[in-house]
Amino acid sequence: MTAPAVPAATSPGTRSRAKAWATRAPLLPALIFMIVVTQLPFVATLVISLFDWNALYPDDRSFNGLGNFSTVLSDSALRSSVTTTVLLTASVVLISLVLGLAIALLLDRKFRGRGLVRTMMITPFLLVPVAAALMWKHVLYNPEYGLLNGMLVWLGDLLGFTPPQPDWISEMPLPAVALSLIWQWTPFMTLILLAGLQSRPLEQYEAARLDGADNWQIFRHLTLPHLRRYLELGALLGSIYIVQNFDAVFTITRGGLGTANLPYAIYEEFYQAQDYGVASAAGVLVVIGSLIIAMFALRVVSSLFREEGSRA
Amino acid sequence: MSTTTTETAVSPPAKTPPPGRTPATGTARRPKRFTSFIPGFLAWFAGLVFFLPVAWMVLTSFHSESDAASNPPALTAPLTLDSYRQFFSSDGASPWPPLINSMTASVASTLLVLLLALPAAYALSIRPVKAWRDALFFFLSTKMLPAIAGLLPLFLFAKNIGFLDNIWLLVLLYTSMNLPIAVWMLQSFLAEVPPSLIEAAQIDGAKLPAILFRVVGPVVLPGIAATSLICFIFSWNEMLFARVLTGVTAETAPVFLTSFITSQGLFLAQVSAASLAISLPVLAAGFAAQDKLVQGLSLGAVK
Repeated sequence: MTAPAVPAATSPGTRSRAKAWATRAPLLPALIFMIVVTQLPFVATLVISLFDWNALYPDDRSFNGLGNFSTVLSDSALRSSVTTTVLLTASVVLISLVLGLAIALLLDRKFRGRGLVRTMMITPFLLVPVAAALMWKHVLYNPEYGLLNGMLVWLGDLLGFTPPQPDWISEMPLPAVALSLIWQWTPFMTLILLAGLQSRPLEQYEAARLDGADNWQIFRHLTLPHLRRYLELGALLGSIYIVQNFDAVFTITRGGLGTANLPYAIYEEFYQAQDYGVASAAGVLVVIGSLIIAMFALRVVSSLFREEGSRA
Repeated sequence: MSTTTTETAVSPPAKTPPPGRTPATGTARRPKRFTSFIPGFLAWFAGLVFFLPVAWMVLTSFHSESDAASNPPALTAPLTLDSYRQFFSSDGASPWPPLINSMTASVASTLLVLLLALPAAYALSIRPVKAWRDALFFFLSTKMLPAIAGLLPLFLFAKNIGFLDNIWLLVLLYTSMNLPIAVWMLQSFLAEVPPSLIEAAQIDGAKLPAILFRVVGPVVLPGIAATSLICFIFSWNEMLFARVLTGVTAETAPVFLTSFITSQGLFLAQVSAASLAISLPVLAAGFAAQDKLVQGLSLGAVK
């Protein structure tokens, strides 16, 4: 920002500095915007987390040191939300990754109507998340006239048994939420892995075939190693998005029946209980957890990035 | 891998190309034909399974409430537009203000994102700053921190300056949410512009604005379009910020949808119609950006 103030006739040192600032100038608005809107709030959260501050008792604000953190760590509801977050994220990421890999391998081959199948496949990802969650809650899981129980009735009529009519959400709340997310996130994994498959060096495959390698050997020794980084990327990005998931939990179960994950628990703490200090402390802990995942994620992205750069 | 090289050298034209990548030539008749039919069949099956819930919701949205609530499902019930008519008529709350709010927030934030991201991407690719890699990864790292952790200070700040329930607050926040994605995507598109193209224009004496608009612009226009569509989708979908930071005036479409969470008697057809109507802009944008979708979702890491 000093560049425009510098008088024109100066030493080459200042001129090159002015040039460097001219190069930097287009970057600065975006950079400053991001720091102000995304980094400052985190600093504020960190500060608030050290205070005893409940909005319902605004006059009792006082410094509390790490007290809120011990509250968070000893609160059974918040602790169980950590377990829920881990369970939900791990199950959704793993299952959608495996399904996504299988479907990507199928879509990588040529067959009639491939474009159409690909389009059908990504549709789940293109519903507004709240709309998708509403669809699962009402249209599919509804115990009396949802599609799942309706199909059970059909099947019962067809095969001659009395169809069970489970109340999916209250009998298996967490799997019910997980299934809706797996349905939405498998397309994401499929797309990433399909992009990975299509960037395979084909010469290697022809060579391996000429060497007499069978399909399984080729998959095991060529495809899987090549896909490793794409699998990691899918798993890490999926984790980052699903750890933060709020819409499905909020819509399908309202965080009840043991499905409250961390974002939902923090939302409750701040929106309903209005305990700003404790909510912030929980937020800081989520940030620390996310940073650990993010470190791995950034490493994977950076290695892919370098590879793309060297290929270009 | 010496055997590989000798083998390839000895037998030049591969007689058996790998299955699945068989070019459609005249020599199609092979005994493998039947088994190679199975993967295609499985792919269709998988696609249909994933598509089925949406297809069913579309059908339900065109049924009357009583047909929608029949078990076993009424496949061949008469179709009607009642649910859509009821959704858009302001019987209860009209969906138009939330839809307009969502459109405002999504379009305005996407424009603001482009305004900030295009120069930034330029400074990270065509005329890169020294630490361009670090800057790029800074943008990416902001995307990895959970939004919920910064929500409370934003709420308090907005409350204190009287900025709550204001659609422009969401515009700013959605801009920060999408800016990293846009910078990464646009950077990768701009980096694909061949430097020789720009050099040639410079030799011809073209000035910077002319180079940007006449040379770089046409090459990266499809990339800019895809980036915009992806930013639009993410803004339209967002619910947590919108729910906490808006009230009556600035309510967005996904927040409006949350009023359908609790069952209200027979309302399956209505939920379906509402969910589809509100998803329609995203479905359209998503299908339009299909080919670049993965690049946006992976923050530009996968092309």
